[in-house]
Amino acid sequence: MFAFIARRVVYSILILLGVTLITYLLLFMLPADPARQIAGRSATPEIVANIRHQLGLDLPFYQQYFQYLKGLLHGDLGRSFIQRSQVSELIGARLVPSLQLMGLGIAFELLIGIGLGIVAALKRDSFIDRLLMAFSFVGVSSPQFIAAMLFLYFFAVRLDWFPMGGYGEFRHILLPALTLGILGSGWYSRMVRSSMIEVLHQDFIRTARAKGLSRMRVVFRHVLPNAIVPVIPMVGIDIGIFMGGLVVVESVFGWPGIGQLAWQAIQQVDIPVIVGVTTVSAVAIVLGNLLADLVIPLVDPRIDVKKH
Amino acid sequence: MSTLKTLLRRPSVAISLLFIVAVVLLAIFAPWAAPFDPSEQFIEGLSLEGAPLPPDATYRMGTDLLGRDLLSRLLYGARTSLFIGLLANGIAVLIGTLVGLTAGFVRGWLGSVLMRFTDLMMAFPALLLAIALAAIFQPSVWIVALVIAMVNWVQIARVIYSETVALAARDFVEVERTLGASRLRILFSHLLPHLLPTILVWATLGISTTVLLEATLSFLGVGVQPPTPSWGNIIFESQTYFTSAPWLVLFPGAAIVALSLAFNLVGDALRDALDPTLKGRS
Repeated sequence: MFAFIARRVVYSILILLGVTLITYLLLFMLPADPARQIAGRSATPEIVANIRHQLGLDLPFYQQYFQYLKGLLHGDLGRSFIQRSQVSELIGARLVPSLQLMGLGIAFELLIGIGLGIVAALKRDSFIDRLLMAFSFVGVSSPQFIAAMLFLYFFAVRLDWFPMGGYGEFRHILLPALTLGILGSGWYSRMVRSSMIEVLHQDFIRTARAKGLSRMRVVFRHVLPNAIVPVIPMVGIDIGIFMGGLVVVESVFGWPGIGQLAWQAIQQVDIPVIVGVTTVSAVAIVLGNLLADLVIPLVDPRIDVKKH
Repeated sequence: MSTLKTLLRRPSVAISLLFIVAVVLLAIFAPWAAPFDPSEQFIEGLSLEGAPLPPDATYRMGTDLLGRDLLSRLLYGARTSLFIGLLANGIAVLIGTLVGLTAGFVRGWLGSVLMRFTDLMMAFPALLLAIALAAIFQPSVWIVALVIAMVNWVQIARVIYSETVALAARDFVEVERTLGASRLRILFSHLLPHLLPTILVWATLGISTTVLLEATLSFLGVGVQPPTPSWGNIIFESQTYFTSAPWLVLFPGAAIVALSLAFNLVGDALRDALDPTLKGRS
């Protein structure tokens, strides 16, 4: 078990190294010259060269990359080209709102997804089942920005149930989190449904029923704990999809998180911020996957870690 | 052919296919189907206060901020969105199949390198990477399609890889090998035909993803650039106005969701028909 964990951790670190290398390489090839942008239109070539030197942009690629990696180990993501502050500070200031939105979004996702999945499995092939599965299909097929704008229009503008945007109070987070939750619940409800149906057909369930246990008791004590197993690692993998959703939902609702920061940085070609957010997101994704890998053998003892 | 018949018996699939065919035809024949020139700005297309008009008898889906006919823009936009969706998906399927097939069949160091690279790509937040790429290169229709392909081949490569590994271990491949069949022969006349159903399923489901990604990129302003209409950038152009002119978001939004849903439904049904052992997308 220990060897398995160690191997997964080392592998995750290697993946992260690769991620930083690729993002840095991509942005290094950027045609727009950041030094010229900072200097402004009227700057002389000397001033531009000076700025380039100050930012270390005149160094060869591998030196710039190693500088970046060295800083990274100290939690230093470099300085923003546009806003005169540390990227780590910019991200740090926006991490909490994003984590709040993500936490509540994932909670809604699981609540809605698992709930609907259970109902659909128990009412298999009924009208309700078809309706719920159709709902999950529409959710999976809808881009977040359309859902976000529609929800904003109907629930905030027309019905006035929620505020249009803003940050600070609990009512502000509800609509963006619900948007993420409702759309993301589709995968979970489909998965819980099929895994519930599979467990429902197993012998020990028939035994439990034959013992005279009530239907509710069988479902919640015997079926659900078994059916939920494949869902747990999904949460880890889901983080990657969620990061993309954050960019869209945060920019529609004006939520002051890292998604919005990334969006603004891309508009201004603020390379260190883009690299920083991508790196932080990749860390979240790799950690999520690592967590999923480590949790699977714990929740499902049938999986032999030595084989991996 | 029998597969097609069973598929069409499902009403959802029949309707989806019909819708896809209709969109494709309307896109191809947009110059004839569209009532107006998509970029012509009508003076009478705006109210006296200069606001866009809601749907009426002349402008069936209303007009946009510049007084252009929304229906005509949607029809021409279908061209852009479908073209990018299909092209991006085609490239993604091609790369994914090549990588997965090579890694699964050749194995060895080349296979390891390829699969470690796909692992690496999986660690990227796909949308963020696509946004960054689209922002780096000057977005044109071709660049947007390429960017989308770059983030979408990974899933296909992994599926094809695991199927190839499983297939290559089967007895009939072993028999061919002992009989002296060349590697290329095994690859093309034995493995590839068995992989075709999987490729077909993923190619269909993939269009749904690429159409959504094009719309999202264009909505964020790093996709297809105006004045070329695409379903995503029609919404991008009118997003500030959407509370007072909701039809500018509702119609293109419905078009995007319907097309994506249609490809998803067909792909899902195809998978059920071709491979009953696979349940749900994972």
